[in-house]
Amino acid sequence: MLRLIGLKRPKGKLESAEFNEAYYLASQRQLVWRKFRRHRLAMSSLMVIIFLYSLAIFAEFFTINDYQKRHVAYAKAPPQALHFIDEAGNFHLVPFIYQLKQELDMETLRRNYTEDTSQRFHLRFFVKGLPYKLLGIFDTDIHLLGVDAPGVYFPFGTDELGRDLFSRTIVGARISLSIGFISVVISFCFGCLIGGISGYFGGKVDVVAQRIIEFIVSIPQLPLWMALSAALPPQWTSIQDYLAISTVLAVLSWPPLARAVRGKLLELREADFVMAARISNMGDYEIIVKHLLPSFASFLIVVLSLSVPGMILAETALSFLEIGIRPPAVSWGVLLQDAQNIRSLSQSPWLLIPGLFVILTVLSFNFLGDGLRDAADPYKQ
Amino acid sequence: MKSYLFQRLIYMIFLLWMVSVVTFIVIQLPPGDYLSTYIARLEQNTGQQLAAEDEEALRRQYGLDLPLHLRYVKWFGQVLQGEFGFSYDYQEPVRDLIGERLILTFTIAILSAIFTYAVAIPIGIYSATHQYSFGDYVVSIVGFIGLAIPNFMLALILLYIGFKSFGLNLTGLFSPEYLYAPWSLAKIGDLLLHLPIPIIVVGTAGTAGLIRVLRGTLLDELNKQYVITARSKGVGEVRLLFKYPVRVALNPIVSSLAWLFPSLISGGTITAIVLGLPTAGPMLYRSLLTQDTFLTATLLMFVTILTVIGTTVSDILLVIVDPRIRMERAAS
Repeated sequence: MLRLIGLKRPKGKLESAEFNEAYYLASQRQLVWRKFRRHRLAMSSLMVIIFLYSLAIFAEFFTINDYQKRHVAYAKAPPQALHFIDEAGNFHLVPFIYQLKQELDMETLRRNYTEDTSQRFHLRFFVKGLPYKLLGIFDTDIHLLGVDAPGVYFPFGTDELGRDLFSRTIVGARISLSIGFISVVISFCFGCLIGGISGYFGGKVDVVAQRIIEFIVSIPQLPLWMALSAALPPQWTSIQDYLAISTVLAVLSWPPLARAVRGKLLELREADFVMAARISNMGDYEIIVKHLLPSFASFLIVVLSLSVPGMILAETALSFLEIGIRPPAVSWGVLLQDAQNIRSLSQSPWLLIPGLFVILTVLSFNFLGDGLRDAADPYKQ
Repeated sequence: MKSYLFQRLIYMIFLLWMVSVVTFIVIQLPPGDYLSTYIARLEQNTGQQLAAEDEEALRRQYGLDLPLHLRYVKWFGQVLQGEFGFSYDYQEPVRDLIGERLILTFTIAILSAIFTYAVAIPIGIYSATHQYSFGDYVVSIVGFIGLAIPNFMLALILLYIGFKSFGLNLTGLFSPEYLYAPWSLAKIGDLLLHLPIPIIVVGTAGTAGLIRVLRGTLLDELNKQYVITARSKGVGEVRLLFKYPVRVALNPIVSSLAWLFPSLISGGTITAIVLGLPTAGPMLYRSLLTQDTFLTATLLMFVTILTVIGTTVSDILLVIVDPRIRMERAAS
């Protein structure tokens, strides 16, 4: 992978004797971590992922405006630029924004926004605003950023109803980022169970399982996902929807996982230590749990991190088609619904910003997975 | 070889039958059916309650009074005779509705596959032979973004660019004047003008993946001893490259057709919905929302059949291309 991105593979040949000793004495975990740290792209992707997930976890803290409030006076406002230098050419250390001024174009009846340079609002940090519960436990009303009233700040602009896209994107990260994990966990259980049984027992069980896997892999996923999620009753609550969608995503995505697990198991089954365990009369279950699972845990982590992005993309696609997560619940796919046609897109292209977050997340997970794959086998030079 | 082909064929037929069962069950999952939505709409429009016996009669007329397995048997019997039931929503036989759309769906999928290979193979070879060059970096970055960008978003962005910079509306597959015109050379020309956007959108994700695979395998091959031996014997660089390493590196590309095809059909579905293409995608979407049972089942079945055919063809191609697999089969 390193080579693919074009980074030079760090010089792995260790000449000095003491380094060699450290290398041989290090535990596997230390070696994996050491190797992973060298993969710069994967490390920075890990940072990005941690950043995105903390945005999601502390979403209320990072939001500037209430994500559901309709600022009717500022509907379809474009993203506001942060300024450091004012009209007079003076530099300000704390960035500021100008008040938005709205004009109605009498010909097209479109609202045009201009900056009113006479009104300046400086960004403020840790401002008091809408009260919320941090992590669902602590009552507080501190937000990271804000401006004094009557100023308003929309870093990503607003949608048709005047809702703050920045705050909505952050809140939407909650569903979009977590649904990938939940469905991966579900499909992982399926995959491990079926792949494990198939790889461990082999023979007829294996043949049947392989045929089922082949069958599901040969079905185009999206149309079937559409059919399954269109089947969800419309009166369901957002939480029910959320769980159902993650199950739907998992139902069709376990086969590749199962296949990978099976392949690895077939390889491990022949290993000497498994044979030894079998000779010493260990039960099947015990062998699987005590010997096989630990020896390919690292492999599983790699497969998992590489299958999260697929789930995130799928959720986005389904919600975009209005058969996934439904408003008023907010996810990145739901936000992209607003950009569905060329008319709204040409008037407010900033509605695509949530999509940039999707791309960033998917890219980061891919790089992270590649780095993990390199690191998972630290003995390979 | 012949027995292998025969085996694949039998397996394919079995797969197709399984597909019909699964699709039929899946589309029966939503609570209520077409009739309940229809009656609700009727009552809303007329403001009158429909009598219970009228509802019964309608239900019988639509065949919705039968239990699930009987409905399946009835429908499958029709399918075997080349009839696919009646679309409640369009009030037309399903067979008349889907023909042209399926052909277009298949055309787009195949053209996207060709596009994918035509772009991925030269670029993959280039970036493997010019490792760490500027072009290699550019291709890698573009490839990764291609992998990460959702299909529909790429479609939206291209639409936006087309609209903003050229004032073009790139949705649809035909200009308005050809929409209902009978097929003619002019209509085909018009179609060719509109095809590139969906093909690029559908093909991009697969292209990015293939470049990655091809580059990786080719790099492994290029470091092998037989390449060095050939070079030391004075084989020219171009001939050396294409005679051995590229041929070996193409194997995973051929076998990739098996996963590429389902993903092309999937990608094609959502792209078609965004771009408003007259393919199976948007019709499937609408029929899912209106619970138009037979139309949904038939579309889902055909879309899957297209993929199963694609997968089977790729398996057979792989056997033809790779002598090692051929030998293995002959041995067993």
